[in-house]
Amino acid sequence: MTKKVIVLGEAREGALRNVSFEAIAAAKKISSGGEIVAVLLGDSVQSLATEMIHYGADRVVTVEHPHLKTYTSDGFSQAIMAVVQSEQPDAFVFGHTALGKDLSPKVASKLKSGLISDVTAIEGEGADVVFVRPIFSGKAFEKVKIKEGIDFVTIRPNNIDPLAHDSSRSGDVSAVSVEITNLRTIIKEVVRKSTEGVDLSEAKVIVAGGRGVKSEDGFEPLKELARVLGGAVGASRGACDADYCDYSLQIGQTGKVVTPDLYIAAGISGAIQHLAGMSNSKIIVAINKDPEASIFKVADYGIVGDLFEVIPMLTEEFKKLKAN
Amino acid sequence: MNIYVLVKRTFDTEEKIVVSGGKIQEDGAEFIINPYDEYAIEEAIRVREAHGGEVTVLTMGGEEAEKQLRTALAMGADKAVLINTEDDLDEVDQFTAAQILADYLKDKNADLILAGNVAIDGGSGQVGPRVADLLDINYVTTITKLEINGTQVHIVRDVEGDSEVIETSLPLLVTAQQGLNEPRYPSLPGIMKAKKKPLEEVELDDLDIDEDDVEAKTETIEIYMPPKKEAGRVLQGDLSNQVQELVQLLRTEAKVI
Repeated sequence: MTKKVIVLGEAREGALRNVSFEAIAAAKKISSGGEIVAVLLGDSVQSLATEMIHYGADRVVTVEHPHLKTYTSDGFSQAIMAVVQSEQPDAFVFGHTALGKDLSPKVASKLKSGLISDVTAIEGEGADVVFVRPIFSGKAFEKVKIKEGIDFVTIRPNNIDPLAHDSSRSGDVSAVSVEITNLRTIIKEVVRKSTEGVDLSEAKVIVAGGRGVKSEDGFEPLKELARVLGGAVGASRGACDADYCDYSLQIGQTGKVVTPDLYIAAGISGAIQHLAGMSNSKIIVAINKDPEASIFKVADYGIVGDLFEVIPMLTEEFKKLKAN
Repeated sequence: MNIYVLVKRTFDTEEKIVVSGGKIQEDGAEFIINPYDEYAIEEAIRVREAHGGEVTVLTMGGEEAEKQLRTALAMGADKAVLINTEDDLDEVDQFTAAQILADYLKDKNADLILAGNVAIDGGSGQVGPRVADLLDINYVTTITKLEINGTQVHIVRDVEGDSEVIETSLPLLVTAQQGLNEPRYPSLPGIMKAKKKPLEEVELDDLDIDEDDVEAKTETIEIYMPPKKEAGRVLQGDLSNQVQELVQLLRTEAKVI
């Protein structure tokens, strides 16, 4: 059985996020050869449509409206429901991003459908599709399927590989016009705090600091290393509680759950709550003065030493590597 | 102000998870109020302290959840309600939970409903927004600041590390993000008082609910532990050699750089 799948493309500062392309790959498995329709919502998104097709979408539907310039659940759900009316899809894939997490339950509620959130892998396809997701912040996993109705999932960034970019692909791009009314949320201001635009959940490299970082200034060498590697800075709860950094950087059971290609833990002892947030990273490097620290148990590579010595040396090595 | 808090009983964050027979073993495990729900309870109490009114904590599940409700009462909530689904429902998913909670709340005229932004066990973060949609009220997720002035509400919301400054109005559902507040510990007098505070238990029969209408839309077919990671390599030798070796390994063996 083939399925028609809607993928919500998500733009950030005018560019599509990687998770949108990963969502197309997820949709491909669910569709079992059915049509993949990408939906783009915003005040000006037409120009992003081709990219979605190059990454595997068959068609793109855009909804442009001044009220969709910034995300609100009211605005976006009205636009999505209008597209549902005309497309009658069998399945949905959103990114498990701030936007996807906020919007998907509302849309699922309106459709009276199930919703499988934070999917990290997809097994089988078409009618037999099964979704894998972490529970207990990654301490265990579950396989879930939709019993009846629409297959609706959000996928965790960085876990499902996008299809190869193919600039020879072409497809139809059409616009739907929607009345957007009764917005109950007004966004007055967005204060950007995240480090140099690399979002923790999508970062391929994360350099995280714990209590061993000792102060707010102590994060500077970590930031420098993250910058050189094009990654993001994270932290353990200990570092956040001690006010060395903002809670938005916290990785763990409370805080963010991340799965980068490379996770460098500096001065982090490795409490079970922290491990829950990062132990599924592809490669983990631990740097800690204490050779008994639990972080070494999950690390692929460990260096026993002072992070204030090791991190700057690492930064220099990577700089050299880059220069060559 | 009429305030409700949606609360979930979850595994203690310190617990090791053990899977046997395709299920998470609960025997002997410590249970707590979901940490994000604690922020919601704390904020509800603060709103009541500033504006008056009543805080009701609401949960669903089995009788053992009474313990977490008593803790919430000891923190300072006024009333507690347990929707006991133990005998009526086998599988509960987010659709089921939201239908039941919303059905209970539909005639309660709540001005403000608070919940955690996610539960640390299932981790879906769906129930809050679903309940708001079913009640046809607005919602704001992952909030780090809440100010109420009449029916006007000023919120700061965490969006992947950035902050959104939001204006909206009551009635409203919000979900709490870490950083919203520092939850208080129940005081001894609070614990004593909590024993006498009303804790109501209702069943699906008491609500306007047919089990078939709330049947789960999703099904968990397997629960398993992630593959055990092999112990890694702790590098040896002179520190600068270790650093050089690490960079080599990341490049040639791990191939992540």
